[in-house]
Amino acid sequence: MSKQINVALIGNPNTGKTSVFNALTGLNQKVGNYPGITVEKKEGVCKLSRGVKAHIIDLPGTYSLNASSLDENVVIELLLNQNDKDFPDIAVVVTDVENLKRNLLLFTQIKDLQIPTLLVINMADRMKYKGISLDIDYLEEQLETKIALISTRKNEGIDHLKSLITSYKDISIKPCIDIKSIEPKYFENLQKVFPNQLLYKLWLVITQDVNFGKTNRKDFDAVEDFKTKSASDLKRLQQKETIKRYQFINNALKLGQQIDTSQAKDLRSKLDRVLMHKVWGYVIFFLILLLIFQAIYDWASIPMDLIDSAFATLSEWTENVLPPGAFTDLLSEGIIPGLGGIVIFIPQIAFLFLFIAVLEESGYMSRVVFLMDRVMRRFGLSGKSVVPLISGTACAIPAIMATRNIENWKERLITILVTPFTTCSARLPVYLIIISLVIPEGRFFVLSYQALTLMLLYLIGFGTAVLSAYVLNKLLKIKSKSFFVVEMPNYKLPLFKNVAFTVIEKTKAFVFGAGKIILAISIILWFLASYGIGENFNNAEQIIKTEYASENLNENELQNKIASHKLEYSFIGVVGRSIEPIIRPLGYDWKIGIAIVSSFAAREVFVGTLATIYSVGSDDEETIKNRMAGEVNPFFGGALFNFASGISLLLFYAFAMQCMSTLAIVKKETNSWKWPVLQLVIMTIFAYLIALLAFQLLK
Amino acid sequence: MQDTLAQLKRGENAVITDVSSNQIPLKLLEMGCLPGNPVQLVQLAPFQDPMYLNINGSHLAIRRETAAHILIEKVTHE
Repeated sequence: MSKQINVALIGNPNTGKTSVFNALTGLNQKVGNYPGITVEKKEGVCKLSRGVKAHIIDLPGTYSLNASSLDENVVIELLLNQNDKDFPDIAVVVTDVENLKRNLLLFTQIKDLQIPTLLVINMADRMKYKGISLDIDYLEEQLETKIALISTRKNEGIDHLKSLITSYKDISIKPCIDIKSIEPKYFENLQKVFPNQLLYKLWLVITQDVNFGKTNRKDFDAVEDFKTKSASDLKRLQQKETIKRYQFINNALKLGQQIDTSQAKDLRSKLDRVLMHKVWGYVIFFLILLLIFQAIYDWASIPMDLIDSAFATLSEWTENVLPPGAFTDLLSEGIIPGLGGIVIFIPQIAFLFLFIAVLEESGYMSRVVFLMDRVMRRFGLSGKSVVPLISGTACAIPAIMATRNIENWKERLITILVTPFTTCSARLPVYLIIISLVIPEGRFFVLSYQALTLMLLYLIGFGTAVLSAYVLNKLLKIKSKSFFVVEMPNYKLPLFKNVAFTVIEKTKAFVFGAGKIILAISIILWFLASYGIGENFNNAEQIIKTEYASENLNENELQNKIASHKLEYSFIGVVGRSIEPIIRPLGYDWKIGIAIVSSFAAREVFVGTLATIYSVGSDDEETIKNRMAGEVNPFFGGALFNFASGISLLLFYAFAMQCMSTLAIVKKETNSWKWPVLQLVIMTIFAYLIALLAFQLLK
Repeated sequence: MQDTLAQLKRGENAVITDVSSNQIPLKLLEMGCLPGNPVQLVQLAPFQDPMYLNINGSHLAIRRETAAHILIEKVTHE
């Protein structure tokens, strides 16, 4: 029988914990969610030796067991709950050799829970560079644990780590500090009431304000009565505890670690001087943003054109090869164009996630937080809001989750409320196709007009987010303590493996998540567009033939007339035409109306919807773009997608709240329906008015 | 009157003498902001806020209003 060891990977942020996870599990990993909450759960399997496997959980990064956010709470919840199926046989604490002292604090806390705790000192390749030398044997003795000195960058020490995990039973579980010594009287009383409980565990439960959803709370129910101390007294004890822990750590490091500062090379301050300069810092940040947009627009267009024509060919091939009938039509007119509408955007989304991953991994993102804090605070936001607002350009859902590390509730709420204004990747498909239809080609210096338009749309999104934050800051009357603590990590060259994993994982999640919705919607749409009831639909052929009897139309023209007549009286045509009066002043026809309505499920459905609607009944091999370019406005004549209606559509999509998943996450994170409903109503009305204004002024 | 961390100038070194723990998040204490530990002001953002510090070997940024609750004694190099 094979044996499985449960391993929990724990560590401060920026210690390369994820690299260790990737090095141990390789591709044997999956990313999910903790049940009921939206914290990412990463698990993987690592083969240790013959018949022995390790089940590894990569827990969210945390600075201590005193949780201050939902993510950190996951860590303590698991470690306090022995009945959890993931409860670790061994905790592996990952530390960064350059921040060993601070990183060890968490190590001492976990060891005091009497879980076998192994210490990983990562980034060993930086030791010489920083003039650090370690006496591992001495440290193992002082900290009473086993130490794996590794370098994920050089792929060194991983085997040693594996063998240490295998023999986890040899690791001492003796606590680092005696919690009683902080205030003997208080703790002795506590122990008397709960003679069978570990004191440190009790202490953690008492001091945590956070909810311990699933923890074996009933054991601790009586603890509530034991909160005899005031909050400030408890905090004073926590401070004493922290000082004690640092004494223990300093004691171990005094002889165990030598740092020769004269040997240390200081890349950090050199880079900081430039990247955080009061002028150049901002210029560089702006240039990086510019580079991202140029890449998304220009470089990604090559694979995108290939994908677009490949799907058009596939659609035609299906139609020719399979026997004619409803199923073939469903495939070639419903599913394939619908899927093509999502697959085409993989290159751009991958580029976007690539840049975000590199900015995060390199340590640059924290510098941006620092540079922007003062500016953002003027708008009621925090410097930390920059990260959600930037990752909001990928997707609002992880962005809203990323607000969790904003300590101030008011700043956090405002960030959550305004993040959906930033241009998420789901808007990108809509922007790209409309820009390519209505914005002329040509260049302004090296930048194409189309790329500039896209950049402008991103700026509009960002600007609206910031301005609405300013308004919310004035309107919301919430008092909350303002805390702001950001670690400024070392600069690191991003690891290819980490970046690649992130890009693949996120792109996959996006494509499959959105893909399911799009597939479902395109099947429904195809059905609604292919069937109908009533005289006008069933006798379309007869009606058109009679109507055009006098004109000498060739077979092809006649078929097209019949197809569009049928579409107009199909189920979808009936629905579309009933909403047409509302959207006509914006310059749209009913087909765009349908696309907008289905976009409320998810914005990226827009292109797929139009592709499906336009391809029903058309036999020619054509790309989505060509079909759209050929559409004529039924009321105003001329191309349906012209400059005025195009700009109006772009602005509508820039402002409208059209994403059910985002609303769901806002509900979860704010724990109230009030905020998502307000977002939906206000953003959408605003979008309608702006789009109306744009079309009426430009037409 | 004792100096607070908010009065530290760029490049200056000091030792933390006291923190009013009610005004300081626990997280900051745990990151090394404790009495007796050395602190250096590495850099200031435009408008002098936030402050980029090296506290006990950890590089952190905090806001000026938080720094005002941390008492220090400046260290002058001879």
